Amino acid sequence: MSRVIGLTGDEAAAYAAKQSNVDVVAAYPITPQTIIVETFSEYVFNGEVHAEFICVESEHSAMSACIGASLAGARVFTATASQGLALMHEMLYIASGLRCPIVMAVANRALSAPINIHGDHSDMMGSRDSGWIQIYAENAQEAYDWIIQAFRIAEDHDVLLPVTVNLDGFILSHSLEGVEVQDDEEVSRFVSTRKPLFRVDPDRPITVGALCLTDYYFEVKRQQVEAFDKAFQVIEKVNKEYYELTGREYGTVDVYGVEDSEAAILCLGSTAGTAKAVAKNLRSKGRKVGVIKPWVYRPFPSEDLLEAVKGLKALAVLDRACSFGAPYGALCSDIASILYRNGSDLKIFNGIYGLGGRDITPSDIKVIFDEALEVARTGTVKEPIKFVGVRE
Amino acid sequence: MVTLKELTVEELFTSGHRLCAGCGAGIIARMTLKALRRPTIIVNATGCLEVASTIYPYTSWRTPWVHVAFENAAAVASGIEAAIKALKKRGAWNKEVDIIAFAGDGGTFDIGIQALSGALERGHDFLYICYDNEAYMNTGIQRSGATPHGAATTTSPAGTKIPGKPEFKKDFIGICAAHGIEYAATASPAYWNDYIRKVQRGLAVEGPAVIHVFSPCPLGMRHDSDKSIEIARLAVQTRYWPVYEVENGKYKLNIKVPRPKPIEEFLKLQGRFRHLFKPQFQHEIKRIQEWVDENWKRITELCGEA
Ligand SMILES: Cc1ncc(C[n+]2csc(CCOP(=O)(O)OP(=O)(O)O)c2C)c(N)n1
Repeated sequence: MSRVIGLTGDEAAAYAAKQSNVDVVAAYPITPQTIIVETFSEYVFNGEVHAEFICVESEHSAMSACIGASLAGARVFTATASQGLALMHEMLYIASGLRCPIVMAVANRALSAPINIHGDHSDMMGSRDSGWIQIYAENAQEAYDWIIQAFRIAEDHDVLLPVTVNLDGFILSHSLEGVEVQDDEEVSRFVSTRKPLFRVDPDRPITVGALCLTDYYFEVKRQQVEAFDKAFQVIEKVNKEYYELTGREYGTVDVYGVEDSEAAILCLGSTAGTAKAVAKNLRSKGRKVGVIKPWVYRPFPSEDLLEAVKGLKALAVLDRACSFGAPYGALCSDIASILYRNGSDLKIFNGIYGLGGRDITPSDIKVIFDEALEVARTGTVKEPIKFVGVRE
Repeated sequence: MVTLKELTVEELFTSGHRLCAGCGAGIIARMTLKALRRPTIIVNATGCLEVASTIYPYTSWRTPWVHVAFENAAAVASGIEAAIKALKKRGAWNKEVDIIAFAGDGGTFDIGIQALSGALERGHDFLYICYDNEAYMNTGIQRSGATPHGAATTTSPAGTKIPGKPEFKKDFIGICAAHGIEYAATASPAYWNDYIRKVQRGLAVEGPAVIHVFSPCPLGMRHDSDKSIEIARLAVQTRYWPVYEVENGKYKLNIKVPRPKPIEEFLKLQGRFRHLFKPQFQHEIKRIQEWVDENWKRITELCGEA
């Protein structure tokens, strides 16, 4: 059974963790994630969960403690943002390298300097290659749903990779929404408890984190690559079971109105919500535009994305982070790569937007759709990279 | 005091590791594992002990052993301890275990002090052992906050103008004791039964305990490898390394040194101090002796011995 309750994105994340039989949470406050740690602390201090909450002295120690707890066989959850994620950076690679299936909510926020507390994706994009599965939520509902599913994906023995569920700072973290939540009992059955493949168990002593030099390191990394490949099947299986339980359907890519469209916007997270609303309006006036939103950014769902863009003539890829000195933003570079690999002649351009929480409005989105339709009509891209909404 | 006969013959830290001959860390690890009271999980910070004992696919450890990084042994231990508590609550862990974190002086005095302070403040039940070879030996002998005044390292070389490290050593046990933990102690591997008693005491504490143990290093301190224990003993007999413990804030001197040897006896066996014996730097030896005397006075006063 489900019911609808009012939750902010952060509260939804904490609520999902609470229902997911988490054993250990080690976390450190940072805006706009803080509500997650605060909410979870309340669960612990009111005796609503069996979890141990380690209120660490830094994010570096948060992730270190998460790794220790995960290696002991615990189900582990944490949350951070921005500078906190950056401070964890070293540990992110160790969590994935030691195959710790930790689940982390990231309330995306801009990176300093200049210091700024508002939302963009530069934090997660800065840790893009750290070996974590990366999921982006469009709203609080998706944050809730993905966090529950993330435990199943992370802990699957074919995967054993940590997962981040990203929710846009403030836009999602602090906005109250009606969220459809399942009964505790249902979620508990869905996620069960963690069944570790190995753990630091005195009955079967193992050495974890040994020195691996030129003779073995590469194979260890190759296994991580393989785990990312295998993750697709596991994600599909988990999405299917979750759909059966909740009626809410997920996949690696969310599409809106692309079947008959000539042009589309491709973006991550909450901006897709705005884009869908604008597309709906334009479509009602007979303009053929759609929206593509990768839910899963790593592993990159190349096949599903190629399928989604099949009939398009133009695609605007929006990045909410700068990749300084690079040919495109990170997301657009990935899209360009798969299109090239597939011999596609789809015309693309890149919109860099929303840095430091700068709003992206429906009229900004409409301008991008107009431009995309123009590219579809003429077959030429005039401006490969646009900075949307910045004062030049 | 434990006797040799009471020690287990079981070797949980086995031979075959690649530590140097005469390395204090190996001796300390082996002694520590002979002092265990029950199954124990080891957390090891990056450093010589970690690197030389677990070169994949080999390991010297017959206990569960975890290495995560350089600066976070205490935080990793916190996580393991919390996990075991949570798993016990839901019936997924049913044995009593101890947790020991090993880290060098770099991983403790410098880069790891924050994680350690946090773990001590939160009160996790684990024993933290800092084996102090007085420099970053694993990366080729760079200075740390534990390197003594005058010692030559690769980042505090014996220059023609500045003769080795200008600064003095941190009061590490003072810092730990200031957290209000139940047990903190210093030790030297030359006094093995004192060390073993302290490991046992530290493990018995419910909550965090810290041991700071002198760790000779033939390569980094530049001494003969058969002199390791002699140097560890001279460290105590010159009063350079006071052996004491702090129990619930109360200091107690464990090894009295009524007739201390001059500090030269300790210094002269080690190449890292050789430059101090040149005529132009001899005054530095006097400064070290003064530091030793002052430190001894301070500690013994705290111990109520003075
Ligand atoms: C964050 C980080 N900085 C630097 C290093 C490089 N590093 C590895 S071991 C080490 C020194 C270790 O010194 P210490 O803790 O005294 O232990 P020892 O090697 O002397 O046993 C350094 C600097 C690292 N591994 N991680």
